[in-house]
Amino acid sequence: MKRSLQILAVVLAVATLSVWLVKGANTGFTKNRVQVKTVDPITEIEQVEWQDKFLPGVDFLGGGLIAGGALFVGSLFIRKTNKQQQTQLS
Amino acid sequence: MKKTLVTLALAGGVALVASAAPQSFDFKDAKGVNNAVFKLDAPLEAINGSANGVSGMVEFDADKPATAKGKIVVTSKSLTVGNSMMQEHMHGEQWLDVAKHPEISFNVKELKNAKTEGNVTTATAVGTFSLKGVEKEISAPVKLTYLKGKLADRTMGQMKGDLLVIRSTFTIKRSEFNIQAGKNEDKVANEIELTLSIAGAAPQK
Repeated sequence: MKRSLQILAVVLAVATLSVWLVKGANTGFTKNRVQVKTVDPITEIEQVEWQDKFLPGVDFLGGGLIAGGALFVGSLFIRKTNKQQQTQLS
Repeated sequence: MKKTLVTLALAGGVALVASAAPQSFDFKDAKGVNNAVFKLDAPLEAINGSANGVSGMVEFDADKPATAKGKIVVTSKSLTVGNSMMQEHMHGEQWLDVAKHPEISFNVKELKNAKTEGNVTTATAVGTFSLKGVEKEISAPVKLTYLKGKLADRTMGQMKGDLLVIRSTFTIKRSEFNIQAGKNEDKVANEIELTLSIAGAAPQK
């Protein structure tokens, strides 16, 4: 149980960091749409359009790392189960 | 012969008067290119967004560009940011209150220090900026580019006429427009940089 929680904590932290890095390491807050700019050839005005796209930010990264850290710390409070003790008791 | 000359002279005179008259440029852009970009740079958060609900009319005389005046309106509801929850708060009662104040406008009364080179005029636009029901006199640098006969290029030849492109970047303070004055300035900057890039059309009648 203890080991499983620790593995889960590490996986959660690594997965959060990976998603954040792969999605562009956005140092702002999480966005669910991004600006797409095109230039109008006649007026040369930069047209701004919005496209739905998940862009995790520092809040996503922090949340994932804190959750992973909490799981890891929580796992330290779980006593190791001793198989021999369990057998003797039964 | 005399009659023909008189007719020609009259026709020429009418043409001159017609070309010298100021044109009305309509800034409701069917192509949706016109936009206003806003930037707020607070210590904890930078907010970038845009609005495309632009409309308005500007009177512009190509022979006297310095006399241009008009009103540009942006629909408050069209203000968009990258996070939908943030946008909901921005449109809400505590911030822009778009339900009560559906429009943001800049009513330009005059151009000062106008300089024209070719088809480009730079000046300082002086007028009334209205946001969240608060009106304030402001000055903003503007660049007007007159594109004679370019409307046809933009409409695939369906309409003939001229285009007027207006660009302007200026800063306002939200505290001066009753938008949460003095609150949350670490996350939402007091200074808002606005960049207007719009094109208006004057179709030939």
